[in-house]
Amino acid sequence: MNIIAILIPVALLLGGLGLAGFIWSIRSGQYDDLEGAARRILIDEEPDEELLDVSQEK
Amino acid sequence: MVEVTIHPPVGRQRSAAPVPNGHALRAVPVGADEHALNLLVEGVHCANCIARIERTLGAREDVTEARVNFSTRRLYVRWRGEADAARVIVDTVEGLGYGAIPFDPEILASQGSEESKALLRAMGVAGFAAANVMLLSISVWAGLWSDMDASTRDFLHWLSALIALPAIAYSGRPFFRSALAALRGGHTNMDVPISLAVILAATVSLIETIGGGVHAYFDASITLLFFLLVGRYLDLRARAEARRSAERLLLLRATSALVETENGSVSYVAVEDLVPGMIVRVAPGERFPVDGEITRGQTEIDASLVTGESLPQAAARGVSVFAGTMNLIASVAVSVGRIGDDTLLAEIVRLIEDAEQGRARFVRLADRVARWYAPAVHILAAATFAGWVLFSFVGWQVALLHAVAVLIITCPCALGLAVPVVQVVASGRLLKRGILLRSGDALERLAAVDTIVFDKTGTLTMGRAVLTNGDEISDADRTVAMQLAAASQHPLSRAVLRAFGAGRPPADAREVPGCGVTATIDGSTWRLGRRGWCGAADRPVMGRGSELWLSRDGVPVAGFTFDDDVRPDAARTVDTLMARGFQVELLSGDRREVVDRIGEALGISQRRGGVSPTEKVARLRELEANGRHVLMVGDGLNDAPALAAAYASMSPAAAADVSQIQADLVFQGDLLAPVATALEVGRRANRLTMQNIGLAIVYNAIAVPFAMAGFVTPLVAAVAMSSSSLLVTTNALRLKREYADGGK
Repeated sequence: MNIIAILIPVALLLGGLGLAGFIWSIRSGQYDDLEGAARRILIDEEPDEELLDVSQEK
Repeated sequence: MVEVTIHPPVGRQRSAAPVPNGHALRAVPVGADEHALNLLVEGVHCANCIARIERTLGAREDVTEARVNFSTRRLYVRWRGEADAARVIVDTVEGLGYGAIPFDPEILASQGSEESKALLRAMGVAGFAAANVMLLSISVWAGLWSDMDASTRDFLHWLSALIALPAIAYSGRPFFRSALAALRGGHTNMDVPISLAVILAATVSLIETIGGGVHAYFDASITLLFFLLVGRYLDLRARAEARRSAERLLLLRATSALVETENGSVSYVAVEDLVPGMIVRVAPGERFPVDGEITRGQTEIDASLVTGESLPQAAARGVSVFAGTMNLIASVAVSVGRIGDDTLLAEIVRLIEDAEQGRARFVRLADRVARWYAPAVHILAAATFAGWVLFSFVGWQVALLHAVAVLIITCPCALGLAVPVVQVVASGRLLKRGILLRSGDALERLAAVDTIVFDKTGTLTMGRAVLTNGDEISDADRTVAMQLAAASQHPLSRAVLRAFGAGRPPADAREVPGCGVTATIDGSTWRLGRRGWCGAADRPVMGRGSELWLSRDGVPVAGFTFDDDVRPDAARTVDTLMARGFQVELLSGDRREVVDRIGEALGISQRRGGVSPTEKVARLRELEANGRHVLMVGDGLNDAPALAAAYASMSPAAAADVSQIQADLVFQGDLLAPVATALEVGRRANRLTMQNIGLAIVYNAIAVPFAMAGFVTPLVAAVAMSSSSLLVTTNALRLKREYADGGK
């Protein structure tokens, strides 16, 4: 039964890590804009450089 | 329930000193040399919009951050340099075709988002603790049948206590606070038995653990909290949307105005500091900041705010204008008449507020249940304790243990989930059909609706002009009209373009405010505009709606008539609704004849024209007094008070912002069918909610006697609670399937 002396702290530590991650994600605003994230994946990256080029040519 | 409170902006006592730039007022300094601006952006509805705004702003040298929050339709911009750049930023966004309104985040304090974050954190902590404590509890339960000795069990109990107690103290706060507030106010709510159950269960379990006892309810109390927090978070999210859009109403009021002094110089002055008699200059595209009279200039005004009429009205010297209406074509000077709380806009806001207080009397089903449920639970628990103390010899500790078991078993875990889960599923169904559910309890109210009152313009009709005599126009005239119309932004010009297609605007095309467009084509002077301006004053009136004339060198050659088009499925939807037993009525601010014609066409016999916003509210009150539950469907700002006063309300997505804020549901597209769909989903959702509450009650009726008899061990409590929660959740998910099967 001594094994639980290791297993329980390990279980708590892993769970605690998940909890810490969750709280960090709330703090850093990951839940502020739930709909936006779903749309942003549809934005292509390439035009970004074109836009930059245009602005530099000006 | 008052979620949407409208109050004048506070904390902006500014001096009358001229400020360089109206928008700079809203910029706040960040760090040493940076400024930031918060904007509400209108018209953002896809990924492209996000990308266009962020990239265009990001391409500027001085902008260090530009981020659109899609959920709240807010834009945050940060830049290096002076606050004055705010004007350029706003112009840039507006240049892209989006409405941009700067706001002070302190005025629109987003309590909602703070609350939701706090709930999420509490949920995370409770979830973590529940999972771990459950893990330990399973070992303890397994130990009941195997050979776990007392010391191992005590160790596991202590460990559970160590995890559960801090977690309960942290994540139970939303309930404890609300329960305390209720008790202080001398009444009780659902949170009182919840808090009692959780705190008592934890305390008794701790005492058991200290004494080396068998019964510890740590797992039950923390899972209870977790399930309840899930329900509460879902509930909050359903209501957050409504609160957010209320912010926009504040922004319809202009915040600063360009004041002319006697020597001709101009300066920006905060609206609060305006005095009647001052002369204010209003540029095209701006809203009038005050009620007043035009003293110079000629323009057209979008007065849909006041009249609900979507077509612009010509306005010249001497015409009265109202705060909140939009100046469309040319810059005008206005002498300030009434300001602030005396304006018509403020009056409409007051009407809405009054109406809302009426609606606040609506008590949600969950709260109605709580009213008798909470006392019943307390009495049962107290009776259990008293019974065991009086009629047995087990001692008060065991009696208390049984009483706690009753509290845990009766805890409205299933009830707390029953309503929010149905709501989330139902709003998901509605959203897929282009209907946005804006207030949490709207579904409940929809289910009770028996009378539907429609507004005309923009609701039964599309709210935009359609050319009706296109076939009568010769090809040559048609070509000229296309060219002239392309040079104008006027709604009637656009209607011409929609009918004929866009032409190439002539080089010298010029728009004359309040008259029309003129240009030289092939050596002749052509005019497209008002009848008098085109020399057609003596021609007979054509059609029933608006008209435009085309003239060549002062001789009228063609007349165009326009009408507002009825939504394509309006007749069918009205028929369906009547067939389902709803009483349908038509209330419109428009002229009698028009209302009669549309009512006739759609088969609505109950109809009234020329109704003012106040009269609409009065009619709704009258229906209410007759015991009817009214669904108001309307779009104009003139409908806003009626929307707020009605038992339930719907607005098309093209409606004025303020009306959308007041409406419980907003529907998209050209069809009217969503009204029928929403009523149907509302009824089904309500049936499911009732079933869920029934299930929860049946479950209690079975479990409570066992708990009172002292048969409910921690294992039974945990299993019973989880299974009942699963049961109601699964039942709620039936809405999805049921609707997919036969709901079409």
